[in-house]
Amino acid sequence: MNERSSDSATPRKLSGAEIIWECLERLGVEHVFGYPGGAILPTYDALTKSRVHHVLVRHEQGATHMADGYARASGRVGVALATSGPGATNMVTGIATAMMDSSPIVCITGQVGSAVLGSDAFQETDITGITIPITKHNYLVTRADEIAVSLREAFHIAASDRPGPVLVDITKDAQLGSCEFDWELAAPRVHRQVPDFFPDPAQLNQAAALINESQRPVILAGHGIILSGAGEEVRRLAETADIPVALTLLGLGAFPASHSLNLGMMGMHGEAWVNQAIQESDLLIALGMRFDDRVTGKLNTYAQKAKKIHVEIDRAEINKNVHVDAPLIGDLRAILQRLLPLVKPNRHSEWWSQVHVSKQDSAVRDIQNLPDNGHLYAAHVINDLWRETKGDAVIVTDVGQHQMWEAQYYHHEKPRSLITSGGLGTMGFSLPAAIGAKFARPDAEVWVVAGDGGFQMTMAELATIVQEKLNVKIAIINNGYLGMVRQWQEFFYEGRYAGTPLLSPDYVKLAEAYGIPGLMVSERSQVVPALHTSRFHAGAALIDFRVEQEDSVYPMVPAGADLHAMIRRPTPLVERPTDD
Amino acid sequence: MTEREKTHTFVVYVENKPGVLNRIASLFRRRGYNIESLTVGHTERPNISRMTIVSSIGEGAAHRVEANIYKLVNVLSVEDVTHATTISRSLALIKVVASEESRHRLMEIVRVFRARVVDLAPRSLIIEITGAEDKIHALVDVLRPFGILEMVRTGQVVMRRGVQERVETSSPKAAEDDTRRSKQKTGSGPSGANALVEAEHPGSV
Ligand SMILES: Cc1ncc(C[n+]2csc(CCOP(=O)(O)OP(=O)(O)O)c2C)c(N)n1
Ligand SMILES: [Mg+2]
Repeated sequence: MNERSSDSATPRKLSGAEIIWECLERLGVEHVFGYPGGAILPTYDALTKSRVHHVLVRHEQGATHMADGYARASGRVGVALATSGPGATNMVTGIATAMMDSSPIVCITGQVGSAVLGSDAFQETDITGITIPITKHNYLVTRADEIAVSLREAFHIAASDRPGPVLVDITKDAQLGSCEFDWELAAPRVHRQVPDFFPDPAQLNQAAALINESQRPVILAGHGIILSGAGEEVRRLAETADIPVALTLLGLGAFPASHSLNLGMMGMHGEAWVNQAIQESDLLIALGMRFDDRVTGKLNTYAQKAKKIHVEIDRAEINKNVHVDAPLIGDLRAILQRLLPLVKPNRHSEWWSQVHVSKQDSAVRDIQNLPDNGHLYAAHVINDLWRETKGDAVIVTDVGQHQMWEAQYYHHEKPRSLITSGGLGTMGFSLPAAIGAKFARPDAEVWVVAGDGGFQMTMAELATIVQEKLNVKIAIINNGYLGMVRQWQEFFYEGRYAGTPLLSPDYVKLAEAYGIPGLMVSERSQVVPALHTSRFHAGAALIDFRVEQEDSVYPMVPAGADLHAMIRRPTPLVERPTDD
Repeated sequence: MTEREKTHTFVVYVENKPGVLNRIASLFRRRGYNIESLTVGHTERPNISRMTIVSSIGEGAAHRVEANIYKLVNVLSVEDVTHATTISRSLALIKVVASEESRHRLMEIVRVFRARVVDLAPRSLIIEITGAEDKIHALVDVLRPFGILEMVRTGQVVMRRGVQERVETSSPKAAEDDTRRSKQKTGSGPSGANALVEAEHPGSV
């Protein structure tokens, strides 16, 4: 927090709109992603006197994803601003996205005057009512003197405990009204958010005993590690007791991909050996993850032989999907710091050799090891991107096959280097989220990896990139299909491709229309030169990768199937998939 | 829901602010759980309201709802008092058909149930009864043959017997509960969630 204390002692009379900016500045906000309209106009008027940088988006959904991308890249609260009615409802998808992935954002919306609330006034929607289930909390503010405390509470709630989105809906008269502004008096009055408790020694001992006795342990590393900043503690735990680490999609980066104890991603499109190891394990140590159905497969055959330790900040996640033997509730980092001294150094060579056996079988099926048949596969593109950027870029993906290939073939070493919509799986997320990420980390190389479907959902934000002179690189994995859905149709609907063939504009021309240099790549040999050209261009650049149209993501655990019942990549490539 | 359902009673302390009821009700609604009764009123403390919520749900579902109510910012504490020793009361007003002949028998019933007659009209009377749910049920059963014209019930209010600490944050205790539940291995979670995952196949992209 970057509070200015000089003038906080003497209360000043400010308008509600001025208070909004004053508070945002004091809360350390540098960028706000927004779109104006009638009910938020007083606030836009007061923007002219503020130091906060406003980014004009092209659609309010974009504003929420930008705030989200900003938050995920930096760990700080992202802020989105919109008018009432359609402006507010356009935010719904972005808010739900942030909710599912525990991303701290604050959305501020204008609302019609308090005197006409509930009268179906022009551009009135009950946005607080609409967003109750998809926000951590929300506020309807009808008076200028409630603005400061509401905003301070909103920031506190968004960032604390298990983070999430908070919406603050402010009526036009509250923005226009004025009151004495007193920062101190507006301190958050939230009853409790940060868990002020930790597992007692008995619980810690119980968990430590399970770890010390285990023969076949696996750490399940989730997003919570990144949110808690517990990467170092997780590494120490894994190294001390020689435990293989499996990651969730949102956990990628929480543990270095190159680490010898790293297994890789688990779940529906996780590596076969990872899922196999989980199924054979005698102890799962779940760290900041929530046993989502995409990582467990069928629950009553999931890791049957394993006891489960669940370290989690959100009590509602304990025993939700999977029965847990030792729950440890609270901040992950703080708990691991208490747990580590109780964990004995250990070696699990037998377990490791068992894991390596199943790993070898998978390696021969890896697309990287298959003969070059002249075709361009998305996996090649991603792998080359990884090599070219030396794994150092911030990758922001969209949703679909390319997202899974990114997770499989870009090896993330650091937290916050992969930004992706996991829980909600929101197509259209990548381009705006990358814009937010670039604002959060201006020095980082930021790449959008989007499908031709998802990119077309929010590509209007190309204009935002240009208007803000942002250096964001864009890789479109263009397969001419809503690929992931096509894959399901191929596997489960006998190849009836209803509604999945997809036409695209000429992306090179499109980019050029925005003044962004574009390249088209259709051969494997062109990938690296194109990446090279784009990377060393000083501003934004776009590459349209025309990849194999009907490739599928392997392995795949069909929804609701046993985690070990994976559909594997047929070898050689031309074979139809079979269930082995 | 594959879990065995049972009547669960939650006592929730909340800040007295607009929208709180909506937030809590929403947690039941989104899971498709029905609320049997819900009462809200002031407490001995200013700006703090107390709710008693009765819902017929499975053990795992009750645990889930409780944990999610706890997460609401305006909630001070929540407790599932289903297994605690409590005093439970609700009130009913019942308007029954009362002819010259039946009036005497009705008075007799009212006396036996320790209820009261609060209004007397030429062809009907209103009976007020306070008590535990089963007592009210019993009275309603007995009155039904006379012809019930109208009935209103308040829903249950519940209080634990004796003195106990108020669980203001509910957290340490809740954490303990989680461990206890884990040890007992009640049917929390898997069955219901499982049904969902299986029914979904091939699921959603
Ligand atoms: C907003 C939204 N609508 C629909 C879906 C369902 N869906 C999941 S993946 C997918 C296909 C994505 O196609 P594309 O962007 O071309 O990526 P690809 O799978 O081809 O890599 C669809 C339609 C979704 N996740 N989000
Ligand atoms: Mg596609």
